[in-house]
Amino acid sequence: MNARLRWRKLVSAFMLTMTGVCAAVAVSVLFFILGYLVFHGGRSINWDFFTKLPTPVGETGGGMANAIVGSAKLLFLASLFGVPIGFFGAIYLAEFSGTKTAFVVRYAADLLNGVPSIVIGIFAYALVVLPFKHFSAYAGGFALGVMMIPITLRSTEEFLLGVPNNLREAAMALGASKWKTIATVIVPAAYRGILTSVLLAFARVAGETAPLLFTAFGNRYWSPGFNQPIESLPHMVYIYAISPYEDWQRQAWAAGLVLLGLILMVNIVARFILARGVAVQRS
Amino acid sequence: MSAPARSAVTVNLTPTTIGTPNRETAAPAPVRMSIAKVNFYYGTKQTLFDINMTVAANRVTALIGPSGCGKSTLLRTFNRMHETVRNARLEGEILLDGQNIISQDVTLLRRRVGMVFQRPNPFPKSIFDNVAYGPKINGAKEPIADIVERSLRRAALWDEVKDHLHKSAYELSGGQQQRLCIARGLAVEPEVLLLDEPCSALDPISTAKIEELLVQLKDSCTIAIVTHNMQQAARVSDFTAFLLVGQLVEFNPTPHLFTTPADPRTEAYITGRFG
Repeated sequence: MNARLRWRKLVSAFMLTMTGVCAAVAVSVLFFILGYLVFHGGRSINWDFFTKLPTPVGETGGGMANAIVGSAKLLFLASLFGVPIGFFGAIYLAEFSGTKTAFVVRYAADLLNGVPSIVIGIFAYALVVLPFKHFSAYAGGFALGVMMIPITLRSTEEFLLGVPNNLREAAMALGASKWKTIATVIVPAAYRGILTSVLLAFARVAGETAPLLFTAFGNRYWSPGFNQPIESLPHMVYIYAISPYEDWQRQAWAAGLVLLGLILMVNIVARFILARGVAVQRS
Repeated sequence: MSAPARSAVTVNLTPTTIGTPNRETAAPAPVRMSIAKVNFYYGTKQTLFDINMTVAANRVTALIGPSGCGKSTLLRTFNRMHETVRNARLEGEILLDGQNIISQDVTLLRRRVGMVFQRPNPFPKSIFDNVAYGPKINGAKEPIADIVERSLRRAALWDEVKDHLHKSAYELSGGQQQRLCIARGLAVEPEVLLLDEPCSALDPISTAKIEELLVQLKDSCTIAIVTHNMQQAARVSDFTAFLLVGQLVEFNPTPHLFTTPADPRTEAYITGRFG
């Protein structure tokens, strides 16, 4: 009996330690990455990094101004394409569709969310790059936008379904049509959640490299307009990190830090918006 | 008091109550809504059976009965709110001022027949915007601020909120929120106001205020109220319908129903033997 009890205590202590260590590792990975980036990247960040173009091979210095602007352009296009589709699709799912349709669309969205980003890159290549016969910001934005659709759709739907039914009834009992109810009551009640999900989708695709490899392609110079190959921060990290030049590797760290800083900031803003108060009264 | 008064209201008597003529009706009132042969189904399950009754203009009509008897379902058919539920099916005829409501445009119908729900459900907007919502979406001709003030006064809430109309409606107490919901309903000037257990989530003082309000509103509005509370029905209503498992057992003037119920089941219910 005593031996049995001792054995149980041993197992209990072992399990407790193991789960605790796993939890600690999970957390420390983030802080390890952060610390490493700040340590290496922080030293290379300077004004030039944000304002200058990349220098030719062999010359030191220069920056990634074109990649920063390029990323902004790509994310703008992606949001322009992905957010409305995700948003209105979510409205259809939450407010109009039957349970069967909703199940199918939800399932498809979850699958799309799981499609490897490189495959989405190939898809955009086949659909946008091949017909126009050249790489472009449009193609890159399209690829990122496709990735934003399922994320926006699923989380927007969740927030819309979270709006209590009695608000829908209240509006309709006042003679509001279905569309008016959605536009004037339901979406305003859920807007914090919707905004948050859009920001999270934005942050999610901001760091994507694979879908841009053969759509936006990359460009060492300014890319006016949207119809030419364009540089982006994650792609710049990829190119510079595997290069043999020490100065480029240094700048890759800096680019990584900038990118991570941007994503962290968007995440924090999103959580802040969501935490600023629940828009809807829970009964 | 008199026979002609009786004829103003169609009192439906189920077979067991036939032969107990009712002569104690209040002053005559024209019929605002009449419900004929209403059957209601959720999918294949029938929840209302052959309901016939009327709602008298400028009177309070109460629907009472134990939980699940179909009284809320019946009330919700009066402005077709049942259509928001999938698989709900209504048979029969419901007339509003002699016109079948089923063939009317549903948004126009609901402007004429408003509804207040069991739980206060103000929008996540300011007090002002809550009341202004109906007039705004319906395109009011009058200045919105005037409508808001008048509606809040009619709901006996104006004095309590006039200094902070732009605060969130959620800062009000439950009773105030419910009166706000009544004000919001009144702002579209409905002919009929339906109330679905409006006091069940409120304390006795708030309940008393709302009951008082209902009696005042009779002058300008026709009221149908579902209530769980028999004393409430006895206090505020002029006519009472008693429902049991989807059937209308008795529909009579309130004093009559509560003092000399025609049906033994009504008597059993109001004396507290079940429910």
